[in-house]
Amino acid sequence: MLRFIFWRILQAIPVLLVVIAVTFTLIRQAPGGPFDSEKAVSPYVLEKLNERYHLNDPIHIQFIDYVGNAIQGDFGPSFKYPTRSVSEMILTGLPITFELAINAMVVALVIGITAGLLAALRPNTAQDYLPMSAAMIGICMPSFLMGPILVLIFGLTLQWLPISGWGYAPGDKILPSITLGTTYAAYIARLTRGGMLDVLSQDYIRTARAKGVPEYQIILKHSLRGGLLPVVTFLGPAMAGLLSGSFVIETIFQIPGLGRFYVQAAFNRDYTMIMGTTIFFSMLIILFNLLSDIITVYLNPRLSYGDKH
Amino acid sequence: MPWQQTARLLSLAALSFLHLTSCGQTNNNVTIGTQDQVLHIGNSTEPQGLDPHLVTGVPEHNIIAALLEGLVTEEPKTLEPLPGAANNWSISSDQTVYTFHINPLARWSNGDSVTAADFVYSWQRLLMPDLAAEYAYQLFVLKNAEAFNKGEIDDFTQVGVKAIGRLTLRVELNAPTPYFLSLLTHYSTFPVHRKTIEAFGDIDDPGSLWTRAGNYVGNGPFQLTEWALNRIIRVEKNPHYWDAKIVRLNEIRFYPIDNLTTEERMFRSKALHLTSTVPSEKIADYLNTKPHLISISPYLGTYFYRFNLNKLPLNDVRVRQALAMSIDREKIISAVVKGGQIPAYNLTPANTLGFTPKAAIPFDVEGAKALLAAAGYPNGENFPAFEILYNTNEGHRKIAVALQQMWKQALGIELILYNQDWKSYLSTVNNMDYHIARASWIGDYVDPNSFLDMFVTEGTNNRTGFSSPEYDQLIRDASVATSKQQRFELFQRAEKILVEQVPIIPIYTYASIYLKAPQVRGWYNNVLDHHPYKYVYLQSEVAN
Repeated sequence: MLRFIFWRILQAIPVLLVVIAVTFTLIRQAPGGPFDSEKAVSPYVLEKLNERYHLNDPIHIQFIDYVGNAIQGDFGPSFKYPTRSVSEMILTGLPITFELAINAMVVALVIGITAGLLAALRPNTAQDYLPMSAAMIGICMPSFLMGPILVLIFGLTLQWLPISGWGYAPGDKILPSITLGTTYAAYIARLTRGGMLDVLSQDYIRTARAKGVPEYQIILKHSLRGGLLPVVTFLGPAMAGLLSGSFVIETIFQIPGLGRFYVQAAFNRDYTMIMGTTIFFSMLIILFNLLSDIITVYLNPRLSYGDKH
Repeated sequence: MPWQQTARLLSLAALSFLHLTSCGQTNNNVTIGTQDQVLHIGNSTEPQGLDPHLVTGVPEHNIIAALLEGLVTEEPKTLEPLPGAANNWSISSDQTVYTFHINPLARWSNGDSVTAADFVYSWQRLLMPDLAAEYAYQLFVLKNAEAFNKGEIDDFTQVGVKAIGRLTLRVELNAPTPYFLSLLTHYSTFPVHRKTIEAFGDIDDPGSLWTRAGNYVGNGPFQLTEWALNRIIRVEKNPHYWDAKIVRLNEIRFYPIDNLTTEERMFRSKALHLTSTVPSEKIADYLNTKPHLISISPYLGTYFYRFNLNKLPLNDVRVRQALAMSIDREKIISAVVKGGQIPAYNLTPANTLGFTPKAAIPFDVEGAKALLAAAGYPNGENFPAFEILYNTNEGHRKIAVALQQMWKQALGIELILYNQDWKSYLSTVNNMDYHIARASWIGDYVDPNSFLDMFVTEGTNNRTGFSSPEYDQLIRDASVATSKQQRFELFQRAEKILVEQVPIIPIYTYASIYLKAPQVRGWYNNVLDHHPYKYVYLQSEVAN
């Protein structure tokens, strides 16, 4: 197991290097620079700014310098916010984005697994069609539509919940978590249904039923572990998606997370911030995929670690 | 049935939770803030910083205006100069030397006295070449300031600002500059606290941490108490401020809200007293149903389109005139932008420091057709199809579509719409790689010069290829003219050249549009959209 993890981490290094190289090159190819503005910056001020951020150096020197500093954990200062370091901005936004993602994941799992189970227990009946239709709507409805609808109903009309902020007022985390979680709940519902139907048609379940094992035991003890495997496989990418895809939710609900900085950095041509956040999100995605693989292997001993032991 | 019982219990729990949270909703920011004199403002975006010498945007201005004060301040309605850090000043007969007397009661937020030397130090900092301040040019009206900023001279004592004693500041200008006092209300000319700057870095260190809450020492009516990135900036009343007795607000909270729709929703849910703007699709609704909540007033800015004079067929003045004359600006405003803007037929907004341009581009479709025919394109035949460039934004797109339609109907020409993200668009325009491009200009100070000097030959903001020696001479003459009448005559002639040569098509004069809770008092509209916070207070509607 340890060897498996070690190999996966070792594989991640070239992946990260490619991500860094590609991002580094692409952002510099994009038209417009970090200091372009409506009111033109005078040429000698621009010269000083380029000098300050070493943008006058040849690109390969810039790249080597950047990687050298990044390895030491120094992602440089943000171009847009010169008194803030990229690391500081990531560390400020990350806990919030992380909490939002975890909350959304809980919402997604609770709703998704429940709906998927209900559907799988009575396939091709109303109990199946209803949650699965809802799931299809959930998958289709983008969060920039779902968010404002929930805000309109629960925030502005019923006035039950705050519509903005994160940790300012009681209950202000509910709507963003639900909005972000719903799309994933829909996927999880469909995966749970599929997984459970697959397991419930297995011989050992039929044997258990024949032996008179109570239905709840069949579901909870014998089927769930196998039935949820597709869900577990999905969790890694889902968590990475929740973390890196929270931009829309953070904007709609005025949440000071990392997602907003990520997207704004691209628009601002804030080179250091784009690099820092891209590297960071890449690492998270690699990490969550690794975790998901480990859990999948743990739940399904038929899979091996690929190390022939 | 256990399932049903569980479901019932769960829904009961959810309902009681929602009931609990809903009780909290009656205690909204507007109601509580009004009781406690805490103003909640939507401030569009996370400020780049709070260093007055480095930042360049409106959101930054809104916060710095609370924390620092220049030599003069502004009357909240008329923007006339009022005493600030200086309690009076005198101007030499040739209008090139200003002597400011610093208010002996003026204090920094740590209790230190504000002195003339503070201003000398601060202006030196703004002009330091290595600070690379984008707004350094604001002080180029000072003798030798430009040379110092460009590194042509090293000795700051040669620059036209000196402390004559502890509380007297002498400023020497290159030429009479009627808008000089207006420049002094721009944050780039505000003072910074020397000891604080030096405690956190060199004079020209742009990354120094002196602007963080806890470090920031200012001389304005408020002091910085919290700066949570992307979340909130909180300022509290500064007890050391010389005019603290008239400051009624205890606290201002600025929220960086990028999304206009989110901001409007927050206003509706009473989380904000003021918004930075209003989504265009909501303006009509507010005007019809809640006109007391929306504020619309002229703003010192012009929305226009640039022509690239180096490209065929726009190098022909008749083509430019035809395109400019065939636009129904009234219709664009009433049917497309719908935000109380004023149609613009020339560059400088009306009544800028008393100046209203006389020359105007006519709306004359028949005349435009004749001009286009004379240029060799009767009824638009053989007119090349080029692109109308705008930066990606729904409002800009709608206007571009309207122009496209108007030109098609009036002149029979078909142009293509092309949008780019902001930075790409700036790059395209700067590289003169466009035919017609959307643009806007917001005045830095209340004077026609802030608009007209944009189109001098090789001006960095010209970006049209327009060059007229006569125009350049007029702007130069205006910069040394001694009487207001003489200057305005020169500016009128410059406007006339722009109307005749048409390097740009003015579309409308901007309006500042925002939502304001009825509880906000002492907040007046003016062309710069400046609102000195020391006059602002909150009063509940009941007490009305």
